[in-house]
Amino acid sequence: MRSFVRTHATEVSLLAVIIAISAVLSVSTANFFSLGNAFDLLNISSVNIIFAVGLLVVLIAGGIDISFAVAASVVQYGTAIALGWIGGGGWISGLLIAGSLGILLGAINAFLIHRFRVISIVATISTFNIYFGLLMFFTKGVSIYDLPDWLTDRVILFEHEMPDGTWIEITLPVLVMVFCVVATWVLITRTTTGRQLYAFGDNPEGARRFGINIGAMQIIAFGWLGLMAGIGGLIQVHYAQEVVPNALYGRELDVLAAVVLGGARLGGGKGSVFGCVLGVLLISITQNGLNLMGVSPFAFKMIIGAIILIAITLSNTGIEKLLPFVSQKGAGR
Amino acid sequence: MSAIVERVKTLIGPEMAGPGLAFLAVVLVFGIASPQFLSAATFGSVAFQLPELGLLTLAMLLPILTGGLNLAITFTANIAGLTLAWVLQANGGVDAGPGAFLLGSALAILVGAASGVIMGLVIAFTRAHPILVSLSMMIFLRGLGEFLTRGGDVSGFPAFLGPLGHGSFIGVPIPLIVFIVCVLAWNVLLTRTKLGFSTYIVGSNLEATRYSGINTRKVIVLVYALSGAMCAIAGIIMLARFNSVRIGHGESYLLITVLACFLGGVNPFGGFGRVIPVFVALVVLQLLSSGLNLIGANQHLATAVWGLLLAGVMVLRFVATKFKISFVRKET
Repeated sequence: MRSFVRTHATEVSLLAVIIAISAVLSVSTANFFSLGNAFDLLNISSVNIIFAVGLLVVLIAGGIDISFAVAASVVQYGTAIALGWIGGGGWISGLLIAGSLGILLGAINAFLIHRFRVISIVATISTFNIYFGLLMFFTKGVSIYDLPDWLTDRVILFEHEMPDGTWIEITLPVLVMVFCVVATWVLITRTTTGRQLYAFGDNPEGARRFGINIGAMQIIAFGWLGLMAGIGGLIQVHYAQEVVPNALYGRELDVLAAVVLGGARLGGGKGSVFGCVLGVLLISITQNGLNLMGVSPFAFKMIIGAIILIAITLSNTGIEKLLPFVSQKGAGR
Repeated sequence: MSAIVERVKTLIGPEMAGPGLAFLAVVLVFGIASPQFLSAATFGSVAFQLPELGLLTLAMLLPILTGGLNLAITFTANIAGLTLAWVLQANGGVDAGPGAFLLGSALAILVGAASGVIMGLVIAFTRAHPILVSLSMMIFLRGLGEFLTRGGDVSGFPAFLGPLGHGSFIGVPIPLIVFIVCVLAWNVLLTRTKLGFSTYIVGSNLEATRYSGINTRKVIVLVYALSGAMCAIAGIIMLARFNSVRIGHGESYLLITVLACFLGGVNPFGGFGRVIPVFVALVVLQLLSSGLNLIGANQHLATAVWGLLLAGVMVLRFVATKFKISFVRKET
């Protein structure tokens, strides 16, 4: 237990903050502490968690990706059109098309980064502009509402009537999210590839000399994020029941903030799926709690921004004060 | 002869190669493709569009040179714009005098610098990653702006502000004059002052800089404060151009400013990069946009082409270095 606390300092402190916030909200609002609200939170956060675990893999491998959210938008459009061509399709064909389109877009980033030695932030900022510019150019900003029924029908996997008459339900996004989280967890903690990703992110040159195929690492990391972006994009369509070309624009920075809040290091080699999920949940819970407390939705972002700013200030100074010798190396600048 | 070439090379600098070539290519391609391209009208429209993006790019440049990033620039600009807007409204709105404008501008610059100072302090003292710090500041400022304006526009400004956004002075647009003055100020700051020198070496090697006795924390705080102040100037110009303030104004510029810096040869890890190549890169981006507009494409295609241009320059740079390495190997 003690060693878990030591090795998972970020996750433990995040969990403590989440518990503290939840306790305050349970006392101060009538609806927070209920199974129904917890399930609502999961349903709402699913897409962001799917994006977040994908981005986590790239961050662990020492890269950064700005383009995944607009890539997901491109996937949404592409999948909607491809489904029209094949005359409807179903969940399996939908996920296959969205997943492979996502992998393709991720591979373009990996190709630029590996083949031409472009730094990942530069490469993904350029693909961000290319993907978004071309998407808006070809779609002229027009949304698609004419989607197959199977895609827009709500799939309720579990429902249960509570004693007070309200229904609690788990929907398809949650199942897909759990699947993506478990798959990512297996990839980065239970496979050799996962260890190689951490090693590569921590020290690319060392990893290369050790015989790790760095080209493969880039393809796996950005391909995995592409896959998650594709799946997340499709689930977002299912949830929103429409394809809006700029709906996900700007989402990349929110997800990035959540993932880094969850302990992933910009610079590579560090981060866990658990922390990443907690990071997204902390932001969702705060938002949900503010909503239940009747705070104006216009103030949400302000409060969340302030919380992240305070959290990073406290967490970084805390480590520095506790372990002065660590601060020599520090986590970046 | 080769001595002259060397002199010219050192004068222009290696960072100039990418944007310089891109400039020539854009002028050539569009000059051939469209007869109207090489006209006063094109350069006039570029001159009016350049300053908004350009001032924000200057704000992005300094943090990147220190190895950081300031993702809060557009929202800092709009919060500063809001500050000016309220000072004007509190002093009679449309009837506000120049005094109110000067006071409002001073406060706006102060607000911009303050947001920079907070970011700088957190980055310098906690060693948190600048991307994360400026990202949370961005989320905070966007939220603050949405909270204060309820997501709407603030407008109704005195008429004398119009020329600041649309007017010309002996044929040169006033926003462009402001921008060029800022470019020159940044150039002098980076090439002639102690802070400029410190900015570069902090970006090259923070620890070594600290051991050499330079107060790196002070440098970082000052750099972000100046970045915030430059955002405020951009905010004031945007207020005058749009005749309104809205928290979402210029949101799409954020990543384009980073693109412009990288296109201008600035090293993403900090330490290297100059103002003038970035300025040329900005002109290239705007010329591309105008040129595409002339041949009937829209702004979104221009965005895609800007991305392609950045990727293309990076690929060319890779090919060039590879060629140079093989060339050297053959010689030895």
